[in-house]
Amino acid sequence: MITAEQKPIQEIIQYIAPYGRILLVGCNECVTVCAAGGRKEVGLLASALHLNSLKQGKTIDIKEITLERQCDPEYVEELAPYIDGADAVVSMACGCGVQSVAARYKTSPVFPAVNTRFMGASLGQGVWAERCKGCGDCVLGITGGICPVARCSKHLLNGPCGGTSNGQCEIGPETDCAWRLIWERLKELGMEDRYEDLMNAKDWRPGGAAGPGKIIREDLAQ
Amino acid sequence: MNTESRLEKILASGELAVTSECGPPRGARPEKVKEKSALLKDHVDGINVTDNQTAMVRMSSFAAAVIIKQMGLDPIMQMVARDRNRLAMQSDIIGAYAFGINTMLCLSGDHAKFGDHPMAQGVFDIDSVQMINMVRRMRDEETFQGGAKIDGAPKMFIGAAANPFADPFELRVMRLAKKIKAGVDFIQTQCIFNLDKFEEWMKGVTDRGLDEKVHILAGITPMKSVGMARYMKNKVPGMDIPDSVIKRLEGVSKEQQPEEGIKMAVESIERIKEIKGVHGFHIMAIEWEEKVPQIVEQAGLYPRPKV
Repeated sequence: MITAEQKPIQEIIQYIAPYGRILLVGCNECVTVCAAGGRKEVGLLASALHLNSLKQGKTIDIKEITLERQCDPEYVEELAPYIDGADAVVSMACGCGVQSVAARYKTSPVFPAVNTRFMGASLGQGVWAERCKGCGDCVLGITGGICPVARCSKHLLNGPCGGTSNGQCEIGPETDCAWRLIWERLKELGMEDRYEDLMNAKDWRPGGAAGPGKIIREDLAQ
Repeated sequence: MNTESRLEKILASGELAVTSECGPPRGARPEKVKEKSALLKDHVDGINVTDNQTAMVRMSSFAAAVIIKQMGLDPIMQMVARDRNRLAMQSDIIGAYAFGINTMLCLSGDHAKFGDHPMAQGVFDIDSVQMINMVRRMRDEETFQGGAKIDGAPKMFIGAAANPFADPFELRVMRLAKKIKAGVDFIQTQCIFNLDKFEEWMKGVTDRGLDEKVHILAGITPMKSVGMARYMKNKVPGMDIPDSVIKRLEGVSKEQQPEEGIKMAVESIERIKEIKGVHGFHIMAIEWEEKVPQIVEQAGLYPRPKV
């Protein structure tokens, strides 16, 4: 999933200071799963913003709505009945959702309420970790299912640097050395020999070096 | 012989090579480079010029290497994958070679987290193994990494680092094999304090015959004090400092610790000389360059051969 964390409340308050009527929009996909911008977080943020207004001796009108998928025009369309009744939109979706709303409603200012972090997986209650960089040329098939692009701090493709200690990355003991994990897994799979295959310099184009990525499926595109 | 590198000539002659290093200054002070290099000039075959070591901004290794070259000495230009993409690397390699710099060291580089710009984006377009391969192809196939022909190919003698002490240990010989496969000519190891472990690694190296394919220079660092030893043990990634090293330094007075540190370095060299497959020494006297001549002399590595 795409993970996100709520922005500091003061930043959100500053964005919306000039406005009295806010459309606060959550998303039912990734940000719900990572507890950053789903229906529950929309409610909590609305309460916090109301409380702040009261303290300032002001009133604020907040319409709460959580879309099924904020990065999908079909669902973004559901905001149409409410958009004219709002001076500004605050989106709790990832950056993709924020931009989908901004692209559809050109005269409404749209502000992000979360910081989009990374593509990750859940490690347990309340813990998410980065697992994919979207490099566009997946190497997991030759690295034992552990990604050196996302999980090595230096994106090294040919083995661990000299900074590993006690199996952890040189950046700190809370980060596993990806190449230690890859090596252990290759051993478990009986594929140790694969380690000595040289991995060539990566072509970064599919992952963004060629410019903003775009997929067009001719069989589906209209 | 692939290059004009003095280091290559020494190693080809079968003599033990000696290199040392010079960390460029944190400002436009060419005299600092000259002072440090002058201390080393008669006692080493090459002077490593570090590239923003520990991710602190310093005079570029290219510029400092040019200063050293213009003194008539032999710089070994270090290059880290952290700060440059493949375009910048190749243009600097050509530029350096145009100034007569013919020996370089390909490294990943310490993570930016350790330096004074922890907010910087690390480049890591290619890794150190891929860098070795790129420089070798620039030399032997006269082509850029992208495939185009080079008019005036840089003929670099190619070095890399090896850390026999980092985890996973069993992978460390294989990692060396990979660098050899990529085309490395010589290796400078991480500072060796755990000699037993180094011997074990070298046994793995010689068992596979890798010492026939690459020149290994053993990394030596004299401890200035017990404080430095403790700091290296606890704070420097990938460093293996046995307690016996700390105990020995603790056993002498503070004033005697520098001399004890040098004695230990010399003893290490004497022991490592006996290890099959070691072709020289890389002496990293961190901000203590003035002691390198003494270590080289006491270790019986002086005078340096003329080539």
